[in-house]
This record gives sequence, structure tokens and C-alpha cells, in this order.
Amino acid sequence: MNFQTTIGLEVHVELKTNSKIYSPSPVDFGDQPNANTNVIDWGYPGVLPTLNKGVVRDGIMAGLALHAQIAHHMHFDRKNYFYPDNPKAYQITQSDTPIAHDGWIEIEVDGKKKKIGIAEMHIEEDAGKNTHTSKYSYVDLNRQGTPLIEIVSKPDIASPDEAVAYLEALRQRIQFTGISDVKMEEGSMRVDTNISIRPVGSDKFGTKTEMKNINSFNYVRKALAFEEKRHQQVLMSGGHIAQETRRYDEPTGTTVSMRTKEGADDYRYFPEPDIPDLNVSDDWIKEIEGEMPEMPGERRKHYVDDLGLSDYDAMVLTQTKEMSDFFEAAVKDGGDPKRVANYLMNDVNSYLNDKHIDLPDTKLTPANLAGMVKLIDDGTISSKMAKKVFKGILAGEEPQAYAKEHGLVQLSDPAQLQPIVDDVLANNAQSIEDFKNGKDRAVGYLMGQIMKQTRGKANPQVVTQLLMKSLKAK
Amino acid sequence: MDFYQTDLSQLHNDLVNKKISASELTKATFDHIKANDDQVKAFLTLNEDAATKCAQEIDDAGIAADQLVSGVPLAVKDNILTKGLTTTAASKILENFNPVYDATVVDKLNQAGFINVGKTNLDEFAMGSSTENSAFFTTHNPWDLTRVPGGSSGGSAAAVAAGDVLGALGTDTGGSIRMPASFNGVVGMKPTYGRVSRWGIIAFGSSFDQVGWLTRTVKDNAYLTALIAGNDKHDMTSSLKEVPDWAAHLNDDTSVKGLKIAVPKEYYDDLNDDVKKVVKAALDHLESLGATVDKVSLPRTKYGVPAYYILASSEASSNLQRYDGIRYGFRAKDAKNLDEVYVKSRTEGFGEEVKRRIMLGTFSLSAGFYDAYFNKAAKVRRLIAQDFYKVFENYDLIIGATGATTAFKIGAEIDDPKTMYMNDVLTVPVNMAGLPAMSVPAGFSEKNGMPVGLQIIGKPFDEQTIYNAGYVFEQTTDFHKKAPKLGGQN
Repeated sequence: MNFQTTIGLEVHVELKTNSKIYSPSPVDFGDQPNANTNVIDWGYPGVLPTLNKGVVRDGIMAGLALHAQIAHHMHFDRKNYFYPDNPKAYQITQSDTPIAHDGWIEIEVDGKKKKIGIAEMHIEEDAGKNTHTSKYSYVDLNRQGTPLIEIVSKPDIASPDEAVAYLEALRQRIQFTGISDVKMEEGSMRVDTNISIRPVGSDKFGTKTEMKNINSFNYVRKALAFEEKRHQQVLMSGGHIAQETRRYDEPTGTTVSMRTKEGADDYRYFPEPDIPDLNVSDDWIKEIEGEMPEMPGERRKHYVDDLGLSDYDAMVLTQTKEMSDFFEAAVKDGGDPKRVANYLMNDVNSYLNDKHIDLPDTKLTPANLAGMVKLIDDGTISSKMAKKVFKGILAGEEPQAYAKEHGLVQLSDPAQLQPIVDDVLANNAQSIEDFKNGKDRAVGYLMGQIMKQTRGKANPQVVTQLLMKSLKAK
Repeated sequence: MDFYQTDLSQLHNDLVNKKISASELTKATFDHIKANDDQVKAFLTLNEDAATKCAQEIDDAGIAADQLVSGVPLAVKDNILTKGLTTTAASKILENFNPVYDATVVDKLNQAGFINVGKTNLDEFAMGSSTENSAFFTTHNPWDLTRVPGGSSGGSAAAVAAGDVLGALGTDTGGSIRMPASFNGVVGMKPTYGRVSRWGIIAFGSSFDQVGWLTRTVKDNAYLTALIAGNDKHDMTSSLKEVPDWAAHLNDDTSVKGLKIAVPKEYYDDLNDDVKKVVKAALDHLESLGATVDKVSLPRTKYGVPAYYILASSEASSNLQRYDGIRYGFRAKDAKNLDEVYVKSRTEGFGEEVKRRIMLGTFSLSAGFYDAYFNKAAKVRRLIAQDFYKVFENYDLIIGATGATTAFKIGAEIDDPKTMYMNDVLTVPVNMAGLPAMSVPAGFSEKNGMPVGLQIIGKPFDEQTIYNAGYVFEQTTDFHKKAPKLGGQN
């Protein structure tokens, strides 16, 4: 029997606002436990939430980036459950009126393009964190109230590869809006998966299994592939799939059952009375649209059509917004696009990979990279010298000053070079003879002598010109 | 010292003219409370040391000439957070709870230089109509100590009626200011929902709760309410509307002439005879002063109580989940795991009525019941509001009784929640619609001598018209000048 696979993904994205969604506490949970909390975050008696308008703005921006419809009228809902990391014993979320709905993003797998639908997107608050020792349990509420957007896909995803392509496209688009770091490894992007299979042609979905918080794209692919196969094997052997939550076990590459869902949890949702209904005007949506940075697709087109880069180069440069922004800034500072692109894709990327760091972690600036590229182009430094200057600009040095200070400036002044050419020619009569006899190798030898005298600093192009002119005059 | 025969502006003059100092006034207040309160039991916590110190500081700095409450002792209901002063909501679960911040209303009063006398008793978490649901003790009605003071702001109403203070803060979710005002023969105003910040009020039914004052006079009430009203950045449901100087409009020129008053038959026809007689006389009196009085109908009034108990209890079931024994308040001693911390702390910490409402609310919000209960009740709420708005298209005020009865005997209804809930039948619809309403003393029952309140309901944010009518009524009658003889039958 042939099966078709249906995958739905729920992605939580943490927003980088300064303060929390319903309280003025700073969003920063690396600090001392409970340092970034106040009475609101403690769920203290008498406190009330105040909605951070910046979160609504970011939510609208995300909705627009995912081609979704923005709700003009919305309210918030309480989701009730007891847990120590949830101090009010309810989460303020959006159940009835998500901030955006019915969007899509395009993915490409094996050269085939496909649109994946987005059912809805809502804004909500994160919980705190519990930790346990043998004697005590501890609650840290620094993360409590951190703004999240939850993005729920439609069940349009047909394979683990499509799932990963969707996540990559989603991450890229959100990252380009600047509202989140969207880093799986740091928890600012979290993925829950739902998967089911059914016989090809059947119009009824199979029973689904859920996996929560898988922490890399690679594991998402592996976990879904394992589940897909497990579902097939169970059904082929006449068994039934239990509706349950499973966990991906990284060491064995398998999934294991966590708990069986007997009916849905009852969260007793109801409208949050402490936050008035919110109206979103067309003007506000337009304003946010106006602030929307160019999306990767648009940037790629610009790089190829206007800047003359290859499709491949354009794709590599738009993998992250940082790289793309850096590239554009360096080009704006006068760097030749092709040369800047090559430096970023090769020297810079391999440096970042070696050190396991990101572009913003270095002291490299677009101005300095552009400056170095310009020095190469105008002959001030050679490609070989550029290798050394590159080390300088990685350390935050200004390229021109660095080159000068370290004697990395080419001799390009003909008035300075001509006496050296004359001197070398005067001492190598045999080579002049050889040149006249058509032995081109003589030129190379003479060049070498001139380079030796200038300790490699002579500009080869200028030297070649001077040398040829002098030789022909002999 | 008692406050029967004085008011804020007179007291203020005495303070400014140094006829009495804030310290003397404060001492006299505590002397009065100590003489009475073992009978009345209006106060859960007395703030004597801090109040004495505060009064001394105010005397040292001088009474603020432009602040009527500067150096004036007032009381605060115990579900309103006071920094450093025990705040219990009359619940065992918060028995020794000492807040780290002040409610916005308390903050405003502190800035105006009031003297916080102490925290008044209430039904646990403001759930009740008699203070019998207080986890600590029942407050007695100063007019007849065998009777309840009403609730939930029973302690505040009794403290004012007993002459302890000129005013006490209350909260009103379904009638908790107006009903005890009526039972105690004092003035009680529930402002428009959104008029006063709820920041620092221990939440019960968040979409209903409003803070207000129980006072001896209408003018004091108008002044004090304006003092605590206004937008607060901590409360998104607080209104941006300007707060008028209501009290400034209350003078000899204030009149009810030409005022169009609607009297809903539901707020009149089914009253107990003794109450009806008082209300009728009051309406006749207003008519004689030049108001027009017409009978109208608010047909959905009878659905108010059941719908209210679903909605307010649903919100309460969620609001009260935070009392879980983890971070503050009462925690059961012998809990062995997380579930036991929750279950035992809440089982032992909450009283019967609070648990009843948590159960009712939890049920109403449960999957499969939400539409039939919460959602249906929310629709009823909108219909009730529409009823009011329709009447207000043609009338300035809606007036009727505050309650169908006078204060009942302690113990008479405590085992019969449904009868107890029906005490709120005439006050609850006002909260459903978020309207402002005030109970003013209208006379006494000829049957038992207990006070009867007249309820004056206004359009949203039109507290002025309510105060105007209440003031004229008060100034042309002398019910508010009568005072209970403590310990005796009246």
C-alpha cells in the first residue's frame, strides 16, 4: 500500500522587545534568577497586565512577512493551568482572534516550488523555568512574560524535507524582519511537529502523533522521517497509531512515547477581562508595511539584476540578514560588489566557521572591508598584501592606516620605480639581449629582480608597463 | 470623637484653623473605634502606630490647605493592597500577607495626606452579602448588632455608620458598596466601570470590579471619589476621560427640577412592604421637588443574578488560581508533592463560599459547558446593558430600591446561598452594564427601624447627575443625620 504523509508545524518565535509583553520588566533571562521580574511577573495579588504595543507591532510585521491577513479587531484570552513556572496559573494568549491568519510561504525542494499555507499566528507570553535538585525545586521567572508569536502551518507539508524547507524559509523571513533572532540553539525558535499518514487517495486524515521542542532542523528531519516510517510499519502490520506525544531521542535516532492523550486538555479559555479589545487600523498596518525590510527574495533579485552577482552568490549572501546587511553596507561604502561578495563568502565565512561565531561577534565593519577592496582595486595593495590587511580589519583596524603602518603599500609611483627599473636593466644586459631575441622569460626574470629590490612592494602592473617601455626603447 | 455631625470640609477647616490637630483627631478616632469595635467588629487590622506617626508628620509639615483629606482619618477595605500593612481579603489563604506595593487608590490618598486608620472586614475575597463569609469574624450592623451589615464591604459601611470614620473605601462587583450602604444608612457610590483604577485591588470579577467610597454625606463622596478616579497606566481598563470636580457642583443652586427619572417596576413592585413604603415616599419627594417620575421596565432584570453568578464566578475561578501556596500566602504544612501543595493549600486556605464559586466558575468555563453557560451569560449581559441604554435614551436617571429588604439577622441566610444571592437582584444588573450607581439613605423601615437605601443609577460616566440628585435629596431630608445608638435597638 502507498501512503501519503501530512505534516503540520507549530513554531514559537521569541521576540526581541526590550520589555515583556504584559509588564515593564526587561527581557533578559541570562541574569541572576528572578532579577528581571516585578509584581506582575510574580502573579502578585492586585496586579494587572499592560500590553506592550511593540509586541502587537512585531506580530503584525511577522504576519505581513508571511503574507497573512491581519486581524483588525482582536482580544486576548486566558489559558488556565496550574504549574509553578506559570505564576498567575493562566497564560494570556489569543485563542479566538489571532493577530494574523491565512498566510503562506514558498519553499523549494528538489527544484520544485510549493506554497505552504499558514493557518494562524498569535501573540502570547512565555512561562518561567523550573529546575530541580534532589532536595528542592526552584522557579526562575526571568523568562516569564517574554513575548512569543506562535505560527501554525496548515497541514500542507508532505515530507520531512518539505518540513525543513518550510522551517528554513520561515526562519529566514522572520529573521529579515528583525523582530527575532530565530535561533533554535538558543531557544528563540522552537518547533512542535504533528505527523500522520493515510493511504493515497483517502480523504480522511490518519491519527497524528505530536513531538514537542525538537532542537535542530536536522533532528526535525530525522524525527519526522522516523515517525513516517514507524506509522507505515504499524499500519502495514495491521496496528493502530495511538494519538500521543512522543519525544525524539537523539542518541538512538528514534522516537519514544511520552504520554497518551485521552481527549484534549481543558484549558477553560475565556476572554481576558484585563486587556480591552484592540482595534488595528489600516493606517497602522500600512505604517508597519512601510517599515518592512526587504525580504530575501527581493534582495536576491537586486543582487543578480543590479549588482551582477550569480544566483548562487545571491543565495549565499541572503542566508542571514546580518550577512546580507553587511554586504549591502560594504557596497554602499564603495566596495566592488563582486569582490565584497567573494570576501564575505570565502575569507569571512571560513573565519566565522573556524571560530564558531557570527558576523556581529567580530570587529569587522562594512566600511573597513569596502576600504580594503578599494585599496586592492586602485593598486595600493596587492592581493597577497590583502591577506595580511584582512587580518588587520578583522581586528577592527582601518585598512589604509594598517597597510601603511605594516609596510603593506605597493610602490606605484613611476617616478620612484623608473630608477629601479633602469638600475636592474643596467645590471642585466644579457636579459635585454634575450628579450630582443624573443625570449619572453627574460621579462619574468627582470620583474623578479625589480620585486626583489623593492622587497615585493612594487605594483606589478606599473612595473610591467615601465619595464616594457624601457625594453622596447633599448 | 465621632463623625456623625461633621463632614470633610468642616473637619478640614478645623484642621487648618488648628482647632484640632491631625494627631488629636487620629487619637480621638482610635479611642472611638476601641470603644465600639468590640461590638461592631468593623476592622480586621488597626493601623494605630503608623497612623499616629503619619498624623504627627502631617502636623509637623502643616495641613495642606488645598487638600480636604490632609490629616483626615479614613479606612480601607481589606481587599485593597496597602504596602507594609497586612492585607488579607478576609481569607485564611492571605492571613499574614504583607504587600510590597500600594494600590493606585491608596497611593493617591497617601499623596493627598490621608491617615490610614486600618483595614475593614469583608466577605472573603468580596464574595458575599453579609461579611459572614469573612474567614475571621462577622461584622455587626451598628443599627442592630444582631443583624448583618450587608456585604461585601460590610466592615467599611459599619465603620462609617458607627461614626469611626467619615469615609471608607469599598469595592463593588455586584453591589458590594451599595448594598451595605443601604443596610447601614450611609452613602455608597459605585463609579462607572473604568472610572477608578483597579491596580492593587485583589481581583474578584475583573470585568465588574470597581472601587468606591462609603461616606456619611453625598458631597464627601463626590469629593473623595474624584480624588481616587482617573486614568492609570497600570490599568488598561481605566478610562482616559477627564474626571470632573463633582463636589464643586453641589451647592444651594443644585436642583432636580426637570430631571427625568425612570422607575423600573422590577426595582419597585416586588419590594418588601416596609421598603416599598420608604422608596415610594422618596420618589414622591423627588417629584415634589420638580423631577418627573415615570414607571418603566427593565425586563431582563431577573436574569441578572444567574448570569452574573456565572460570569463573575468564571472570572474569579481564574483570578484565584494564583493562590496556590507556591510564592506567597498560606501553604499547607504536610504536602508531599506539587499536587498536594496545590490541593491541600487551597482546600484549607479557602472558605466554603469561595470554593463554591470557584467550582461554579470552573464548571461554566469547561469544555462542553462553555457555550451553554459562560457564553450564554455573556449574551444576557449584553441584553441587560441594552435594556438600560434604551431607558437612558429618554431619561436622565433610573431610580429604585438598592435592596428588596433591610438588613437581615446574622445567620438567617448563611446556609441558603440562593436566597443570599437574591439580595443582589437590584444591584447586579448595574455592574453587568458597567454603570455608575449610588445608594443614599432614604428612610427607615417601620417594621424594624432599619435603614433603607435609594439606588440612583446614571448613564456611563455621568456620576454628576447622580450626585446632584443624591445631594438634593439628602439636603431636603434628614435621614443622614440619624445615627445608631450602639448596642441598642432602634
